Amino acid sequence: MDRNHLKRQVDLMKRSLFDQGYLDEQFIQLEELQDDDNPNFVEEIVTLFFNDSARLLQNIEQALVSVPIDFARLDNYMHQFKGSSSSIGAKRVKNECTRFKEYCTAGNAEGCFRTFVQVKQEHAILRTKLETYFQAYISFMCVFVLVIFALTYICLLFCLYLFSWQDKLDHLGLQEVKLDDYMDEGGSLIIDLYYKYDKAHMIE
Amino acid sequence: MGMATESQFHVLAVDDSLIDRKLIEKLLKISSFQVTTVDSGTKALEFLGLHEHDQSKPSTLTISPNNHQEVEVNLIITDYCMPGMTGYDLLKKIKESSSLRNIPVVIMSSENVPSRISRCLEEGAEEFFLKPVRLADVNRLRPHMMKTKLKDPIQEKLEKHEDIDDETEKPELQSQEQQEQQQHQQQQQQPQQQQQQSQQQQLSSSNKRKTLEEGLSPDRTRPRYNGIATVV
Repeated sequence: MDRNHLKRQVDLMKRSLFDQGYLDEQFIQLEELQDDDNPNFVEEIVTLFFNDSARLLQNIEQALVSVPIDFARLDNYMHQFKGSSSSIGAKRVKNECTRFKEYCTAGNAEGCFRTFVQVKQEHAILRTKLETYFQAYISFMCVFVLVIFALTYICLLFCLYLFSWQDKLDHLGLQEVKLDDYMDEGGSLIIDLYYKYDKAHMIE
Repeated sequence: MGMATESQFHVLAVDDSLIDRKLIEKLLKISSFQVTTVDSGTKALEFLGLHEHDQSKPSTLTISPNNHQEVEVNLIITDYCMPGMTGYDLLKKIKESSSLRNIPVVIMSSENVPSRISRCLEEGAEEFFLKPVRLADVNRLRPHMMKTKLKDPIQEKLEKHEDIDDETEKPELQSQEQQEQQQHQQQQQQPQQQQQQSQQQQLSSSNKRKTLEEGLSPDRTRPRYNGIATVV
């Protein structure tokens, strides 16, 4: 079934993100906060992160190219960026931030430049992977919801069908006395069968 | 949205990071708390109804008559590192204010710096959470808020009890005074012990999640009563 295939895809994607170290336990904590009031909480907060962090990354970039480099300011920006990354469970990004901060504290401009490239790279990779993940997740949820609706609809139709049978059989019941008219050699047998079988099994 | 019921606690969350604000708001809402979030210490103080009284005396704070009594906050949870007024500064201002002093304050920080933690606790913070904050941490907030709610009726009771004490005979008075002195001494010792215990726990514990409860919960009932008895 297509739904199971999608679900498996989603689960595999998530597992791979964890196994490869892109995400850590904090991401699971976020998922646990998702409920009926906020069914898209994780996606919302991740989107918020990528929008907010784009601004921070720009600030860092500007601070890096300014002369002379204000390491205190750099550290401040990176501290904010690292904090946000940590809050959504972006493990690899967070680790690169830690390395950047070490170079920053040491006043090593070249180290900062190199590490910043890594930071941006991990950030971009995570963004792509999570976008793909959420797309698959949403597709799965859509199909899931559609299937539920379809099943409910089919059940409703079935119930209506049964009720219509009920009417027909009640109608037949009123005409019981006239059944003798319809009886043939197997007629009595048919009557017996009628009372024994479940109505749903009646074949016209 | 519906009005807060009497049983619902109101938490004021202060954090300059948008992501962390959203996260703490969700954590608190899931735990059935009413939440207000602000992005700075100054806005927090505004919300609490405090304004700078005089530029020459920055430590003097008055309560705005319009805001006082309308906003009831049962707990304040604040980030440590914030531009302008840090969480520590906010904590100090709150503890200096006579009207807000009783509100429990919790500090959050992404950095595990023992000196920072002990400084905050000494200043009167109830707990120190390491970021990212989890649901288990938020679950530890409720006892602090309940303690505040219980405090007021108990305070009235104890004050009445002291009034009755004054009217009793001298020998009984003396023995009660001695008891109160002993309790006062014990109460002074206990916070020091608690701080030492908490510091030791912090430094020796490999678990980065701070656990004060182990050291404090057996002693909690004592200080709660005695702390009020000694405030005359």
